[in-house]
Amino acid sequence: MKNIIEISNLHFSYPSDGDTDPVEVLKGIDLTIKEGEFVAVLGHNGSGKSTLAKHINAILLPTEGKVIVDGIDTADESQLFELRQRAGMVFQNPDNQIVSSVVEEDVAFALENLGVPYEEMRRRVDESLKAVNMYDYRQHSPSQLSGGQKQRIAIAGIIAMRPKCIILDEPTAMLDPQGRREVMATIRKMNREQGITMVLITHYMDEAAQCDRIVVMDKGTVALDDTPREVFSHVEQVMEIGLDVPQVTELAWELRKAGYNVPNDIITEEECVEAIQHLFQA
Amino acid sequence: MLRDVTIGQYFPGNSIIHRLDPRFKIVITLIYILMLFTGSNVVCLAVGAIYTLIAIFLSRIPLKMFWKSVKPLLPFLLITALLNILLVDSGDVFFKWKFLKITSGGINISVFMIIRIVLLIMGSSLLTYTTSPITLTDAIERLLSPLKLLKFPVHELAMMMSIALRFVPTLIEETDKIMSAQKARGAEIDTGSFLTRAKNMISILVPLFISSFRRADELATAMECRCYNGGEGRTRLRQLKTSTRDIVALIITIFFYAAAITVSIVFKHLMK
Amino acid sequence: MAILETRQLTYTYSIGSPFEKTAVDHVDLKIEEGEMVGVMGHTGSGKSTLIQHFNGLLKPTSGQVLLDGQDIWADKKKIRDVRFQVGLVFQYPEYQIFEETVFKDIAFGPRNMGLDEKEIKRRVLETAHDIGLKEELLKRSPFDLSGGQKRRVAIAGVMAMEPKVLILDEPTAGLDPAGRDKILSHIKQYHERKKNTILIVSHSMEDIAGFADKILVMNKAKLFCYDDTEKVFGRADEISEIGLDVPQITKVFMELKKQGLDFGKEVFTVPYARDLLLKHLQGKAGAKLC
Repeated sequence: MKNIIEISNLHFSYPSDGDTDPVEVLKGIDLTIKEGEFVAVLGHNGSGKSTLAKHINAILLPTEGKVIVDGIDTADESQLFELRQRAGMVFQNPDNQIVSSVVEEDVAFALENLGVPYEEMRRRVDESLKAVNMYDYRQHSPSQLSGGQKQRIAIAGIIAMRPKCIILDEPTAMLDPQGRREVMATIRKMNREQGITMVLITHYMDEAAQCDRIVVMDKGTVALDDTPREVFSHVEQVMEIGLDVPQVTELAWELRKAGYNVPNDIITEEECVEAIQHLFQA
Repeated sequence: MLRDVTIGQYFPGNSIIHRLDPRFKIVITLIYILMLFTGSNVVCLAVGAIYTLIAIFLSRIPLKMFWKSVKPLLPFLLITALLNILLVDSGDVFFKWKFLKITSGGINISVFMIIRIVLLIMGSSLLTYTTSPITLTDAIERLLSPLKLLKFPVHELAMMMSIALRFVPTLIEETDKIMSAQKARGAEIDTGSFLTRAKNMISILVPLFISSFRRADELATAMECRCYNGGEGRTRLRQLKTSTRDIVALIITIFFYAAAITVSIVFKHLMK
Repeated sequence: MAILETRQLTYTYSIGSPFEKTAVDHVDLKIEEGEMVGVMGHTGSGKSTLIQHFNGLLKPTSGQVLLDGQDIWADKKKIRDVRFQVGLVFQYPEYQIFEETVFKDIAFGPRNMGLDEKEIKRRVLETAHDIGLKEELLKRSPFDLSGGQKRRVAIAGVMAMEPKVLILDEPTAGLDPAGRDKILSHIKQYHERKKNTILIVSHSMEDIAGFADKILVMNKAKLFCYDDTEKVFGRADEISEIGLDVPQITKVFMELKKQGLDFGKEVFTVPYARDLLLKHLQGKAGAKLC
């Protein structure tokens, strides 16, 4: 598989505003993401995870180092639109990224900007709406929709550009459990069926646990980078960073600490049930 | 309270009026307004009234809704009419007291003015009732597009207008929420003296401004991420199509205009 | 006597319009003084409408709300006093902040109550301490603070009115785990010190499982249940059926029970699960690591 995102030695500081020193938010990040991967970037507020996300489609440019997305250097201004088509971005607040008062026109927004001809645009808009299961709502006003539905519209608006990769910056932070489930299911489906690379920024460990790989950010660096199972097995380190591990992982860790024979890489309920039964059978 | 605003309200529907090309609807409304203001006598207005009633009937929007749009302006209308009655001095004098005179001319002018303005409001309400604000903006953009040659920022204005429309419900909801939150902290907003209420408005306006700026900022980033780059080379999902129906509607309107003028000329000659 | 009580409380939105909807449907409820109550229900279940009745922001279509045994709508002019006695913190309360300093913003509620400067100062300092805001922050502009700090300023603004009942609508929404834990633990400490009644609305059963005495569940405008936390978790099956999330740990113990390992207790927090298991595992040497 080829690399879709290559980040090397990325440093970023917000410029000083006169009386304060520049703050270094990213301190030398090296990260490569392969085409079709579903990666969660986990970290607490201020860990630099959102800043990292904003580098992938050139909302921010590196102070030092390089970000290459599908062969395009994000610093190359002449290819900005090409880059943004290939790497779309979904933001946290569902209300503040919907431009139009009609759902289907919002989904078409990027295509209108790119000058896609009508027939092609119509087809792509309908396809995208169907993909996120919102086709029946195409004539609705966004204000009639729930948070989860609005986020799915935002995702459809990105998918219509036929991107290779989507960066989702805490897309579920403002949603209720129902909305979170809808959005996660949509993202997973797009990843599986269309092979779109997903970079999910989140602080919910249960969402991260559904991904292929977790990158844990802490204080502007990559603290852990592995499969969910491996990452969560470092219970103490994860909790020290200020993040949660799944409850079952925490319980297994507690039991191990008390001296019981429980595997240290439990992340699902089934595994936990099995391990406890095993203890009582012994 | 904030949800009761009816000005510019759109009633979704599928009537023949709803389906007209919005560009034609705007042009037709302009001709209609011209008809009301060039017509110089009651007959001309009668033709206008017939035209309005037919159009309203075709739109299948209850007449009650049009009364709703006229009602807020009623006090203003009545005061103007009263001034006209008392101050205009022409024709037969019915009543006289000091410098005040009620004359047939005055009565004529005020009745005429009331009918004219009521028709004007009803006609333009019909436009906004049957055309969604976003379609309307779109049609205005396209009608004004020749002005682009003069470097007039037509697209930018239309984009601002449509974003404003998009955020009206969001901001109304937000205002409601902030009001409730401040009321929960004991702010007197709909009770208390004028001064306290005015002071407490600050506690609503400040958060509202701050959040609007934040929204604007985030929206701008989101738009850039979706390759927004001004009006140059944009295509549109919304297609405005002109059909025979629109041309027929335009011809009928022009016919009514011509009829109004003819009838009023004939009427004038008969009165002589 | 119950501090808050509702009798056949019903609220219908937009009566007579095509959008008419009953959001709260004949709810009878008694909340005792000093309790910590978790309020659950998914979006549209009526829980937000319900809590806005407790401080008189909404007026019942029919039925009554009683505070300390008095109908809060008995005298319309006194409804503002009810708002001081029942403090309501909305969702994302940081968006209501407007003053130029943290101190002034927290003082807004107490000032509206007509208290004197000395008392206002005492309350601001005390609540700032309760919610974990350092004193030097009070002079700063609230807009320069971090998201979690702003949230705490907004909560302090309601706490400073020293309400008998404090209601918080999703106080941890959108915060990261560290911010969430911080706010919850401060609320808990405040509750322990003041011994007042607190209602916390939350989507996350995991959040409130740890410290709520009682849990109130709304579903489809009706009161689904209101009972001791443990008893409510005993109905975890039904709760997950109405679309609410049950903590992972509760699901594990439900599954164990199904498979014949019954510990005779409802489990809803990790420390509790650990202690329970360790107790039962005592003497089972074979389970130990070598």
